[in-house]
Amino acid sequence: MITGSLPFETPIDELEERINSLSTVSSEKTKEEARQLQKEYEELIQRIFSSLTPWQKTQLARHIRRPCILDYIPRIFDEFIELHGDRLIGDDRAIITGMARLNDETVFIIAHQKGKDTPTNIACNFGMPNPEGYRKAARIMRLAERFKKPILTFIDTPGAYPGIEAEEKGQGEAIARNLFILSGLKTPVIATVIGEGGSGGALAIGVADKVLMLENAVYSVISPEGCAAILWKDRSRTEEAAATLHLTAKDLLELQIIDEIIPEPAGGAHRNYDEAAQKIKKVITRHLNKLKNIDIPALLEKRYEKYQKMGKFIVE
Amino acid sequence: MLFRKPKYATIPLPKKKIETPEGLWIKCDECGELIYKKDWHASQMVCPECNYHARLGAKERLQLIMDEGVEEFNQGIKSVDFLGFIDSKSYSQRLEDAQKKTGFLDAIITVKGSIQGYRVVAGILCFDFMGGSMGSVMGEKIALAVNECIKENVPLVIFCASGGARMQEGTMSLMQMAKTSASIARLSEAGIPYISVLTHPTTGGVTASFATLADIIIAEPKVLICFAGPRVIEQTIGQKLPEGFQRSEFLLKHGLLDMIVPRKEMKDTLGNILKMLYY
Repeated sequence: MITGSLPFETPIDELEERINSLSTVSSEKTKEEARQLQKEYEELIQRIFSSLTPWQKTQLARHIRRPCILDYIPRIFDEFIELHGDRLIGDDRAIITGMARLNDETVFIIAHQKGKDTPTNIACNFGMPNPEGYRKAARIMRLAERFKKPILTFIDTPGAYPGIEAEEKGQGEAIARNLFILSGLKTPVIATVIGEGGSGGALAIGVADKVLMLENAVYSVISPEGCAAILWKDRSRTEEAAATLHLTAKDLLELQIIDEIIPEPAGGAHRNYDEAAQKIKKVITRHLNKLKNIDIPALLEKRYEKYQKMGKFIVE
Repeated sequence: MLFRKPKYATIPLPKKKIETPEGLWIKCDECGELIYKKDWHASQMVCPECNYHARLGAKERLQLIMDEGVEEFNQGIKSVDFLGFIDSKSYSQRLEDAQKKTGFLDAIITVKGSIQGYRVVAGILCFDFMGGSMGSVMGEKIALAVNECIKENVPLVIFCASGGARMQEGTMSLMQMAKTSASIARLSEAGIPYISVLTHPTTGGVTASFATLADIIIAEPKVLICFAGPRVIEQTIGQKLPEGFQRSEFLLKHGLLDMIVPRKEMKDTLGNILKMLYY
């Protein structure tokens, strides 16, 4: 059994294990069998992944083996220098910030960090930032602006942390301030949802010139569990809530909330970290090259207009 | 002995009915005191016994704060159920019910007028309309109110009361946080003051956007002001929250508010701030 295998993935994982066990034997017969199984494997993935439900995508977005920012950084960037702390209270490990080199140019990175097993999950509070995380992000935004470097943000959080201290330190204000800063920040910003985009805690680093989303990522105002509990008073209706919320990349592209979907490797990003990273790098590079050529006042006007247009209503 | 016969019988006493002819008395939600309705209105729905500030409707708030001659604008902007969102009721049905109940088209009204003679654009959130939740209409009306402030060079005052983002509009409701914050940033850049008044309750996506981005933040006494609600926090940390947590007085102590102002002093205070800051 492979760690964290989701129910609908089990046949894929079983087949993968059989293929792996065959690879240790090197007779012609087993090689042929392996080729056959490989073909079956690819078809199976194609069949299962072509009709994923929004809830299955939510599960993929939270997959325990899904690559997180610390997996992507060495695969996308040439160098990375982490910068710590908000200069006020502390250094929130749920948000990672720093400078990196992308295609021989410096970019600033602001990203949620969820962790991948119990010790790392705990160390970064499962990717749920406290106000000091958002204020560290705000400091880095201003730093990038001062040195005229673009910002790349990576979103992957269940949401901002709902705790006593978080409220005492003004969680709401910390998030709001980032929305305020990002909306007028004089440098290009690209946000990429790589896993879970959990409400205000995600948006706080997600106001950008271009918002990209991995194919199986989700982005929602509330978790399907929370929505089911509040609106139906019934947690068992989570699957239904996931569909109703329209939280998939495809839904959000149609609503023009995001700008582009980044395809994932067959069977999801967790099956091939390198390929997932290269796909992200390619799309980000293309957008960055375009944004760099727009002068700052025009860039800010476009960003402002983009958010002013968001909303669906009628005028009587 | 499990079934011992009781030695006494309980005779139900006729309940002494307190004379509360419909519409004459009001019971305070906080301390239970019965208050003569005339006094209740004279005190602006503040309990004379315990100083509890009961929720004020958007129209009553307008009457209380604004000078005469208020003009509502953008009143014709209406929500649509673009996701076909159905929980126990459809979103369309919820909107219709709320419109009937409140007489408003959505959870905010925006007006032009003055406070103590000082011109302002004001937004008043209506909690009775789907919990004052922020959807596309609230986002748009706040954005347009800011545009009006910039065009006319007048300050913005928003009276907040909200349960947060409107789930029935999915991620689009989340985007209203970005939209309104971007508008407030433009107002700030234009050097025009923005005062927010937090009334009971101010929570979630509204707290994490325009409510806390004001130049001056005022709250009424004992208002619940939070990002995450008390129940969510209790479930997360698995313990009871301390008395007074996330109330105005708590936020003031933690440096998150400029001041707490009782309802009866609100109009004068706003007038003074406007005068000192801008007029």
